[in-house]
Amino acid sequence: MSDAATGEISQEGMESLVDDFSSDRQAYHVPWGKAMMWIFLVSDTFIFSCFLVGYLHARVTTTQPWPPQSEIFALSFGGDPIPLILIAIMTFVLITSSGTMAMAVNYGYRGDKVKTFWLICVTAVFGATFVGMQMFEWSKLIAEGVRPWTNPFGATQFGSVFFMVTGFHGLHVTGGVIYLIWVALRVRRGHYDNKGFEIVEIVGLYWHFVDLVWVFIFAFFYLL
Amino acid sequence: MAYVPLADQDQEMEMHHPHTWVEKYVFSQDHKVIGVQYGGLAVFTGIIGLALSLLFRLQLGFPESVDFVDPNFYYQAVTMHGMIMVVYFLTALFLGGFGNYMIPLMLGARDMVFPFLNMMSVWTFLISVVILMASFFVSGGPTGAGWTLYPPQTTMAGTPGHDAGIILMLVSLAVFVVAFTMGGLNYVVTILQYRCRGMTLMRMPLTVWGVFVATVLGLFAFPALLVACIMMMFDTLLGTSFFMPAVIEAGSPLDYEGGSPILFQHLFWFFGHPEVYIVALPAFGLVSDVLSVHARKNIFGYRMMVWAIIAIGGLSFIVWAHHMYVSGMNPYFGFFFATTTLIIAVPTALKVYNWIFTLWEGDIRLNSPMYFAIGFIFTFIHGGLTGLFLGNVVIDLPLSDTYFVVAHFHLVMGVSPILVLFAAIYHWFPKISGRMFNEKLAKVHFWLTFLGAYSVFLPLHYLGFLGVPRRYYALGNTDFIPLSAQDLNSTVTVAALIVAASQILFFVNIIGSLKWGKKADPNPWGAASLEWQTPDTPPVHGNWGDRLPTVYRWAYDYSVPGAAEDYIPQTVPENEVLAASNDNFETNKNPSPAAI
Ligand code: HEM
Ligand SMILES: [Cu+2]
Repeated sequence: MSDAATGEISQEGMESLVDDFSSDRQAYHVPWGKAMMWIFLVSDTFIFSCFLVGYLHARVTTTQPWPPQSEIFALSFGGDPIPLILIAIMTFVLITSSGTMAMAVNYGYRGDKVKTFWLICVTAVFGATFVGMQMFEWSKLIAEGVRPWTNPFGATQFGSVFFMVTGFHGLHVTGGVIYLIWVALRVRRGHYDNKGFEIVEIVGLYWHFVDLVWVFIFAFFYLL
Repeated sequence: MAYVPLADQDQEMEMHHPHTWVEKYVFSQDHKVIGVQYGGLAVFTGIIGLALSLLFRLQLGFPESVDFVDPNFYYQAVTMHGMIMVVYFLTALFLGGFGNYMIPLMLGARDMVFPFLNMMSVWTFLISVVILMASFFVSGGPTGAGWTLYPPQTTMAGTPGHDAGIILMLVSLAVFVVAFTMGGLNYVVTILQYRCRGMTLMRMPLTVWGVFVATVLGLFAFPALLVACIMMMFDTLLGTSFFMPAVIEAGSPLDYEGGSPILFQHLFWFFGHPEVYIVALPAFGLVSDVLSVHARKNIFGYRMMVWAIIAIGGLSFIVWAHHMYVSGMNPYFGFFFATTTLIIAVPTALKVYNWIFTLWEGDIRLNSPMYFAIGFIFTFIHGGLTGLFLGNVVIDLPLSDTYFVVAHFHLVMGVSPILVLFAAIYHWFPKISGRMFNEKLAKVHFWLTFLGAYSVFLPLHYLGFLGVPRRYYALGNTDFIPLSAQDLNSTVTVAALIVAASQILFFVNIIGSLKWGKKADPNPWGAASLEWQTPDTPPVHGNWGDRLPTVYRWAYDYSVPGAAEDYIPQTVPENEVLAASNDNFETNKNPSPAAI
């Protein structure tokens, strides 16, 4: 920093770290929208953490046994039931969508609008598939008699947590799909030709976050 | 003054210029209008909160002769009073009101980074207020579970408003969290990314630091409240048992099983304790600026003040269970939380010392904002000291849930921030409205408020020592409580009525001065910070005309030896200060290590 306006800048140790961070005008070299998305995601992390902590707490305090997830979340295709198969596919779909999203970001920065558009669309389709499979899973559990308030397989909290946490995450995915489609359409219309394609990265951040959260839900709720 | 031409400014924002009256004053995207809207709405809810407190104070003071307050209404009034004051009044006024108004002006920005989102924030806040107020009109009335909304009480049939009232409360809080998040993201990004040239973080006025850290706290603490609200909503509407253990109500078991009321308390206080600092930190910041300006001295230990704000913010996330000493915890947890609670008192005390050292040998101007600011130091020390008592587990056990706690948090979180609010409103009124207020009336208002508030809350400590429990509709004939406690209660009620009535002076002064006040000087207190250097008073849309200001120094250059005037605005470069005076001198460009 050589700006006369900024006064003396220390070059040493902690002091210089603080000075760097507190440099004038902006603390990070990122666009406003991206900074805002990052901070929002940290805040959202706290929401999901609270949900998961609440779930863990409910699981240790409940008076009835926790149902065996691998049996409940098993599907049989003609033969023996395969434990957790649907969740495995859902997780795979969502992680794949993160890959296509990353490619979209890449093509966005290269200015390849057509590829960016299609890759975002593919991401959105994967997201919608995920939500569709989640709906299937919900209806299966509901058909088996699991409700937020009762659970034939054991602790009632199982049903409560399941519908609440996967529902909240599912809403995030649904919102993300809408957001993706919106951005994709604007990319195609040339809305960002002059502004730059940071928005693709911003929606990408959100999308990766939703995936990451799913990994935690998967680990804590289905595997633990 | 040196300016940077528009062309040299990166990321200059596209201003949305209003064309119609509606765009200018109703659906405005201007941070100043939004700030005033937020503030006005918050004050409106605050008045309702105040009115409710008078109703239940009447019941407490004169239980025999007041018959329009029945037990149910008493609990509803106490609950709504608490929640309104903490969330809808103080949080909204400090962050939505002052945060919005001050951040761009103090940082030399044209507006918030995303003005449209900012506008959405205030309208969402309005929705949450409407939902909250709607609960007064539904069958069963608003919830009466206490502002902490502890289950299982909230959901049980004995509690007023256990059906519709509590749902509206939870929905309203959830909507508030959304509103806050939209505004809060804006404040944080604006502060980090949209400062004018030369405005380093370590040159920002402490107001901005306070609002900044408070907003970050809010973004991390409100999620816990949101989750608690959602889970409780599930419990009440869907019959889940997150928070509800197996309970027997009126002889028959309810449909709940295996939930944990303690979980709610953890979630609530994980929000609740940072929340008290969400209110306190902006107040700390505002009062620091008011003290420094009217003492004509730089704030003592600026860097230390900043680090104290940050330290308090960080620590406030690991003290929450001091509200739960009596709820039943592993004793080692009590030990841990007592330790962290006492540690947080260290940076807090540092700030108090620094305020006093700022006054020390200052050229104090006893303007009315200064009265309120000094009054704040008194009430805050007082409330902070009782906090130290309560932070120790063994001392807290007998005092918890007595009026001692009520006295503690009202002094520290009620009276103190409100005194700062008055200080800040009087201090910035000339800038915001372009008019001067009536100084004499403001001073009368101060004495009535300050002395009145003390006579309300000081006796409550004594009641607490006697063991008078909080949240009781009437004391009745309780053996361990002497009859004289009732006399004290009546006195407190009379004092409360007087304090409330004296607020009329404030409104008369503010509203009257808008119309009849004499035109204000652009910088009547001779303040150095940026918001006083705007080309127009009140500042117009876009704040800075066609050129953004450039900042050359921190916001606290007061009484610099050798300077022509006793303050140097942040926009004055070094060579112009020298030109303005003949002597050689050293300006205090940055807070020197000696000041720490
Ligand atoms: C000096 C530092 C402080 C300490 C050690 C401290 C300690 C405590 C403790 C231990 C309690 C729980 C009492 C009980 O329920 O038994 C408490 C309650 C409370 N404190 Fe503080 N406090 C401090 C500062 C503050 C500040 C700065 C604020 C707000 C600006 C505040 C607001 C509150 C509120 C609102 C409650 C009561 C909540 C309720 O039960 O309804 N405190 N404090
Ligand atoms: Cu606390």
